[in-house]
Amino acid sequence: MAEVGKRKPRVDAYDKATGRTKYYEDLMPREALFARIKHSEIAHGMVKSIDTSAAEAIEGVVKVLTCFDVPNIPFPTAGHPWSMEQSHQDVADRLLLNRHVRYYGDDVAVVIAENEVAAVQGVRALKVEYEEFPFVLDVQKAMEDGAPQIHNAYPNNILKHTSLSRGNYEEAIKEPGLIRVEGWYETPSVQHCHIENHGCYAYEENGRIVVVASTQIPHIVRRVVGQALGRPWGEIRIVKPYIGGGFGNKQDALYEPLCAYCSTQVGGRCVRLDCSREETFVSNRLRHAIRYHIISWLRPDGTFAARKLECFSNQGAYSSHGHSIVAKGLGAFPQQYQCANVVGDAYTVFTNRPVAGAMRGYGIPQAMFANESHIDDCAKAVGMDPLAFRHKNLMEVGYEDPFSKNVNYFDSYNQCLAKGKEYIDYDRKIAEYAKETGPIRHGIGVAAFWYNTAVYPIALETSSNRMQLNLDGTVTMQCGETEIGQGADTVFAQMAADVLGLASYRDVNVVSCQDTDITPTGLGAYASRQTYVAGFSIRQTGLLLKEKILKRACDLTRQAPYNIDIVDGNIVRITDGKKLMTLSELAMTAQYDPVNSEHITAEETYTIRNNAYSFGCTFAEVEVDIPMCKVTLTNIVNVHDCGTLINPALAEAQVHGGMSMAIGYGLSEQLLFDEKTGKPLNNNLLDYKLSTFMDHPHLEAQFVENPEPTSAFGTKSLGEPPACSGAPAIRNAIYNATGVAINENPITPHVLFKYFTQEGLIEE
Amino acid sequence: MAKNQYQLVTCWINGREVEQMVDVRASLTDMLRGDFHLTSVKKGCEVGECGACNVLIDGECFNSCLYLAVWAEGKHITTLEGLTGPNGELSDIQQAFIDETAIQCGFCTPGFIMTAVEILNRNRLYSDEELRKLLSGHLCRCTGYENIFRAVKKTMLRRLGMLDDPFLNT
Amino acid sequence: MYDMSALYEAKSVQDAVRLRLEHPEAQIIAGGTDVLVQMREGKRAGKSLISIQKVNEMRGISIDEEENIRIGSLTTFTHITNDPIIQQYINVLGEAVDMVGGPQIRNAGTIGGNTCNGVTSADSASTLHAWEAIVEITGKNGVRRIPIKEFYIKAGTVDLRVEDGEIQTAILIPKASYENTWGHYIKYAMRNAMDIATLGTSVNARLSADKKTFERVRIAFGVAGPVPMRALNAEAFINGKDVTLENIEAFGRAVLQDINPRDSWRASKAFRQHIAAESAKRCLIESVKLAGGEL
Repeated sequence: MAEVGKRKPRVDAYDKATGRTKYYEDLMPREALFARIKHSEIAHGMVKSIDTSAAEAIEGVVKVLTCFDVPNIPFPTAGHPWSMEQSHQDVADRLLLNRHVRYYGDDVAVVIAENEVAAVQGVRALKVEYEEFPFVLDVQKAMEDGAPQIHNAYPNNILKHTSLSRGNYEEAIKEPGLIRVEGWYETPSVQHCHIENHGCYAYEENGRIVVVASTQIPHIVRRVVGQALGRPWGEIRIVKPYIGGGFGNKQDALYEPLCAYCSTQVGGRCVRLDCSREETFVSNRLRHAIRYHIISWLRPDGTFAARKLECFSNQGAYSSHGHSIVAKGLGAFPQQYQCANVVGDAYTVFTNRPVAGAMRGYGIPQAMFANESHIDDCAKAVGMDPLAFRHKNLMEVGYEDPFSKNVNYFDSYNQCLAKGKEYIDYDRKIAEYAKETGPIRHGIGVAAFWYNTAVYPIALETSSNRMQLNLDGTVTMQCGETEIGQGADTVFAQMAADVLGLASYRDVNVVSCQDTDITPTGLGAYASRQTYVAGFSIRQTGLLLKEKILKRACDLTRQAPYNIDIVDGNIVRITDGKKLMTLSELAMTAQYDPVNSEHITAEETYTIRNNAYSFGCTFAEVEVDIPMCKVTLTNIVNVHDCGTLINPALAEAQVHGGMSMAIGYGLSEQLLFDEKTGKPLNNNLLDYKLSTFMDHPHLEAQFVENPEPTSAFGTKSLGEPPACSGAPAIRNAIYNATGVAINENPITPHVLFKYFTQEGLIEE
Repeated sequence: MAKNQYQLVTCWINGREVEQMVDVRASLTDMLRGDFHLTSVKKGCEVGECGACNVLIDGECFNSCLYLAVWAEGKHITTLEGLTGPNGELSDIQQAFIDETAIQCGFCTPGFIMTAVEILNRNRLYSDEELRKLLSGHLCRCTGYENIFRAVKKTMLRRLGMLDDPFLNT
Repeated sequence: MYDMSALYEAKSVQDAVRLRLEHPEAQIIAGGTDVLVQMREGKRAGKSLISIQKVNEMRGISIDEEENIRIGSLTTFTHITNDPIIQQYINVLGEAVDMVGGPQIRNAGTIGGNTCNGVTSADSASTLHAWEAIVEITGKNGVRRIPIKEFYIKAGTVDLRVEDGEIQTAILIPKASYENTWGHYIKYAMRNAMDIATLGTSVNARLSADKKTFERVRIAFGVAGPVPMRALNAEAFINGKDVTLENIEAFGRAVLQDINPRDSWRASKAFRQHIAAESAKRCLIESVKLAGGEL
């Protein structure tokens, strides 16, 4: 009993350790045709013509589809819940293939062939004629009058602009004696780099379209495929097998609509569309590059009088998740640090870069890089220790957010900072490193992060669940929430086992494969929401199933309803603990009752109308080799308060992965573009510098456990938070080591060379 | 024309001698996945950067995406499927990956385990630094490599009869 | 599935020469770690290949009758690093090729492939230049040997004559080059594994018997120009000078007269120059320590 809170092996670990786990490509029908996409080789323009004759002449090429063939039905792609209000629906600005190409890598045609080589040769043989337009890559240049117009409906390329205001900024800055701290902070385009690329295959079955896809959001993809093809949503079936990571990239309809369309154009035959790594970098989604401008007005005692924020989010060519990403960071700004007078503006702007969408942290890693870097700048300006400054100014206990109604119930920030400080041996090392003068310097940096759980109240939060009692006394459970590698199925099994009173989480068979024909509707893996929201429906459904089981047990055991319970998979009399029958005996008796047979099942939907803060911090320690312009991360710890840990082993593993992503964000990862052509320069795993085994120190994951009061199991978000504070902690550690404040990431040797030269640390 | 160019390859796959007619254009990944349904051999980049397609050839690790299928002639090839016993018994390193929570999405796992096998079969004690270098031919986005490192290190120490827990807390 | 038009497999050196003459348009493939990548990219798509993968007579390391270290062109990086001859006489070469890619790439990639590519970033190339390696080439007219400097013609082009059916069969390090000589290599890259060199610096030194004087210092760079290059002015400056930190620092600055890196998206010229000077200094300091000198 009590599986929640224990370190348990993943339910899918055996299959993954033996190579049996099936991902979409492992299920591929042998007869599948190969579809390959022709991507535009200009950043902006109009396709005038496509000569397909040479491609069609290649043996094995079955069909060529171009931007002149596809239906003119604009559709949205973001993995957001549908909204019944049109104003809240995602922008529908995509077509299956595009005549108006808006980035280098846009989709203009597709070649379907009997084999891979013919498809590749077919793509190479297409001759595309373009009318080229001027293009723009920089977010603020795209906003200027006269900039290239990317979507006609959006003047100055502004997809959306929102503002916030608290108190009276203009009055507040008149307070005498204030210290003004101003900074511009620049974050890069990065990619998710899940090791399994996105791909899918589609075929028709009895007049309906089946798509088997590597996705985080099968139910939403069903809707988008229906929209894109102009088909009723019920005619679409999406199957999600195991997937090799997603991190938000697969929280979008990627190539499922195009693949489904291809199948319909070859008589419903099976068509596969596998993204190469190069395509995954350019023609899927990126993390938004966001530029921030922050002004803080500080009192000499180190408190804030007023603060101002401007954010410019580089959306790339299509709207995808759009403004919600930068808006999340804007919303966090007045909450994270105490300040009565705050103004902010956020702009999401189209450019001719590849499309930005959701990525682990959803705008918060960017916002934290800017704000947590700025906080160190503020601490310096008032002569305070950065850690002390944070203790003084971070969100107070008891704060209730007027919009989300989130309450800061616990002293999570201070508890997390205290734990991290102790681990890293902060005071001693800060003092020791302050004495260094040579070419090799050391430093420690800290950054806190703000996060919340799920998408309420901005969008719908709902979770559905189905349970059935099997004849052997085990329970089969279907969740709308998807396993994408993070371990969701395992924690769901642990929670269900406890609600139902089963002996082990192994007695819960979580159907991991989502199939929109079968699985109860769920919105998918995003917003670090699944453990939180599934908890509600698991508890509600489990309680219903338990009620049905106990009702039957009353009949069979002649005991009063209040005197029986399920303990370790047995019906037990509460007064003396006597085991009355096993769940298997109960299930068999109920199923094979000749008069009143019952298949005991339960299905429930829960609408979640809460959200929960999830806070924590990173401490990073670096060694900086100034002449070589190199940073070595020597020590790093993340501390999180994500409420009750359902499975501490999996929680630690989640944190490690997020820390790793944050290290890459801080030091090495960036998708680069040729200024002259808009062409991506490093869209492969050699030139895009994902951290390797040799680029990490030991990753320390620690927790503070304050059970979340609103949560069905005391838990709250942990999926994304670990990626949020690592980069600014590294930046602040470099600042501590060298005195050089670097306001852009990743802090590569090239960036260090630039700053060290400017600051005179190295000779030109 | 090469599209008609086939060649008979005789090799040992997971201990069994096999004969297969292969297209000379095929990579070893293509052959293992397509002809032998050994789907633990994953495709993550197809240019030798991610390590997901890694297999043992005569005891050494290779990215099978950059190895022509015809080169397998006469070779002994081991994939992850070859580590599991006839009744599903796990090898020590597979068990360690489970015990140490070294598996998340599982896509890099087969490649990593095969490199671990090459390392562990040398029965040598490696320093942390050496181990990291020996494992550096694989990319993983889920784990930060932390628990993979623990799984390999722990198995190495166990095989050498040197496992003691305090050492692992480094 | 690779987009190749034909595959010809050589069983021996003579067989490879014959196939070269029969199919002059074909590309030679050894370990496959570069050629197959380029074929997939489209650069060599549709080409025919001559595979020398199974020409086992081209594998292995030995000391020949003239006391040259002889490295068969098909010897993989892993085997070079682990070879006792290399470890004893030219350890820096083993260390340099141990920084190529990752372990699987080092199990597959060969020193012949690394040099025949003609690329400036090859991790073996700067060390082979700094140790004045000799390249052995076999063709229809027999064997010829040329200094590695002459083997590199321009970026991506090496002196292999297709019309003579030539292939590279070995790389030799003469005794005069390796005797009493110690060296160090710094691969400057953006991460610590699986990377291409932003700059490769290989330095070796022979000190006088009393370890006080630089008798012979040689330095070569990768990615400091279109092909791997020596820094002869810097060498001329340091040779005969006392083993002092001041001289070593001046040596570092002197390399800037020799090198000519370019601006590219991978790195600026100024950055590469800065790193070259610092790396030259650090490599020479390490070489002095290995040679038993004191600073």
